[in-house]
Amino acid sequence: MTIPASQEAIYVALTEIFNDVFMRDDMELTPALTAKDVPGWDSFKQIEIMVSVEERFNIKLNTREIDNLKNVGDLADVVAKKTT
Amino acid sequence: MRALARTEGDIWPQAVALANARLDFIRTNALDETVRRRYATAAPTGLGTRPVRLAILASSTVAHLHAPIRVAGLRRNIWIETYENDYGQYLQELLDPHSALHAFKPNAILFALDARHLAQGIHAALTEADATQALDDAKALILQCWRAARQAFNCPISQQTLLDPFTPLMGSNEHRLPGSRSAFVARLNAALRDMADAEGVDLVALDQAASRDGLPAWHDPALWHRSKQEVSPAAGPAYGEMVARLIAARQGRSYKCLVLDLDNTLWGGVIGDDGMDGIVIGQGSPLGEGFVAVQEYAKELARRGVILAVCSKNDEANAREPFEKHPEMVLRLNDVASFRANWDDKAANIKAIAAELNIGLDALVFLDDNPFERNFVREQLPMVAVPEVSDDPAEVPQVLADAGYFESLAITDEDRERTAQYQENRARDQLRANASDMETYLRGLEMRMVWRRFDKIGLQRIVQLINKTNQFNLTTRRHTEDDVAAIMADPASFGLQLRLLDRFGDNGIIAIVIGRTTSPGIMAIDTWLMSCRVLGRGVEPTTLNLVAAQAKALGATHLIGEYIPTKKNGMVRDHYENLGFAVTSKDQDGRSTATLDLASFTPAPTFIETIEG
Repeated sequence: MTIPASQEAIYVALTEIFNDVFMRDDMELTPALTAKDVPGWDSFKQIEIMVSVEERFNIKLNTREIDNLKNVGDLADVVAKKTT
Repeated sequence: MRALARTEGDIWPQAVALANARLDFIRTNALDETVRRRYATAAPTGLGTRPVRLAILASSTVAHLHAPIRVAGLRRNIWIETYENDYGQYLQELLDPHSALHAFKPNAILFALDARHLAQGIHAALTEADATQALDDAKALILQCWRAARQAFNCPISQQTLLDPFTPLMGSNEHRLPGSRSAFVARLNAALRDMADAEGVDLVALDQAASRDGLPAWHDPALWHRSKQEVSPAAGPAYGEMVARLIAARQGRSYKCLVLDLDNTLWGGVIGDDGMDGIVIGQGSPLGEGFVAVQEYAKELARRGVILAVCSKNDEANAREPFEKHPEMVLRLNDVASFRANWDDKAANIKAIAAELNIGLDALVFLDDNPFERNFVREQLPMVAVPEVSDDPAEVPQVLADAGYFESLAITDEDRERTAQYQENRARDQLRANASDMETYLRGLEMRMVWRRFDKIGLQRIVQLINKTNQFNLTTRRHTEDDVAAIMADPASFGLQLRLLDRFGDNGIIAIVIGRTTSPGIMAIDTWLMSCRVLGRGVEPTTLNLVAAQAKALGATHLIGEYIPTKKNGMVRDHYENLGFAVTSKDQDGRSTATLDLASFTPAPTFIETIEG
């Protein structure tokens, strides 16, 4: 899976959030990336990511949307849907 | 932040500076993690504050609140270790002496009991009597927790008030439904105030914060369902602030003095240009009323013990005139303990104010409408708190209150009299300027030192002094109320509280000395601290005369004095040597001990009459 051109800005912003949450500066986000691929991505960090995404994009993710997220691609899709 | 993680060695000062920036919860977590990694094996030393071991006893998820609390401590130069109970097990751990909680040995406790937990069993069909019974049960549970914690750990206890996450069933008149959970929360929150006062527990007023910010800023029902977080992570930094303010206030680390600019801060316009009839202050104009509100808030702070000072670029006569003559001014000259109006830079004037009042620069809050002056002072004096305020006076009181600079737990009579005491000090300075030599001056003061053993009446003030005196403090040992009570009960120890009166007034309790018999004939001075207000008046040798007499009365042949250096107490490095003690050891950190042979000790001459009373 590659990053859709229309979502590049979203991935840039998400990368910043992930770098902040995991205290790194080398996160490389791909649509297929999942919690299993990132050391330390537990339910606690998951909530941090969600709350940061909500603040950054000024959106509210509902319970179903969060439950249905399987990977970073899904997250970017939800953000894209809610910000356009 | 990432640069900090790569920096070698002691990163505490930089971390404190970062903690003072406005951090969201992600950056708060990152800062906390960086600091904790660096000090994983040993906490930073020499901070001059007491390290805190805080146990958070919670009924729901609080894992996300540790970092914000620790960073809010960092902001106040306080190292905080945190602990939380296994999920839901707060009461079991409290009551089981073999639990991990007891092994943690907390010296501070925070009860974070959520509303859903405490309102268990409340439902809309309850009768009035049942609902009242349920309220009494909840109060009894909370009391049981406080008392068990006090008995087990003998330490300060705080309790968060309840957020109300419940959806109303009636509407505006919810209180008429006895079994309404929302009404239950309101009743319990009201009851907590009285209970906390009676039990000496400090409240973390989440209900107050939520009524100001709106519940959604504090609580997200979706997150409750997902992870049982009652306080949402985004509110974590605000929560940590509230908790750490109490911790700091317990250590006497609140700010003590509000330094006020004049033009466009206390009144509209420029007094030097616009004159008395041109400045905007008082009823009749929205702006004028806004400035009155700022002055009224400052005056209320002064009435409860915050010192006010003025720092203004003006000719002094111009600056004083409104305080003396303008009918609409709320603040008058006698509300102001230190008045600096001149053309020197504000950093220099603020330093002069701190010196005149004998308080640390880190006890000052500087209020100024001018962004240039704010930034200049922040740059020159980073330890001074400089709130970011808009040029609209209507917003200023809330900004000051929200920042929590003057968080306070209790009020003593001395707090109420503080500005008056500083006023008296100015009269003394005036006399000093007139007296041709020191001896004449000291004699002219007609000083009386009234001493007493520690007693219940003075307890609150004694503990306050022990925990907030930084400069004239030989050992900086912080003691709790219970420690002090233990000293009172020990026949081989003495605790002395000294009050100083002179012809200008009562300086209040100005010195505390604690002596402990460590072996037969040896009296060690555990604590000797003094208020800097009375320096240079010969109080030290007079105090030693008294201490020596007390020690002899308890059978001592030798006094042992100890100096433990901190960042703030360099002024007393040679205290014991100056008083005639012989230094017996000195290590490379500057820590030293000294001894005085009581058999050959002759009391020093003094201008102070010593009276027991």
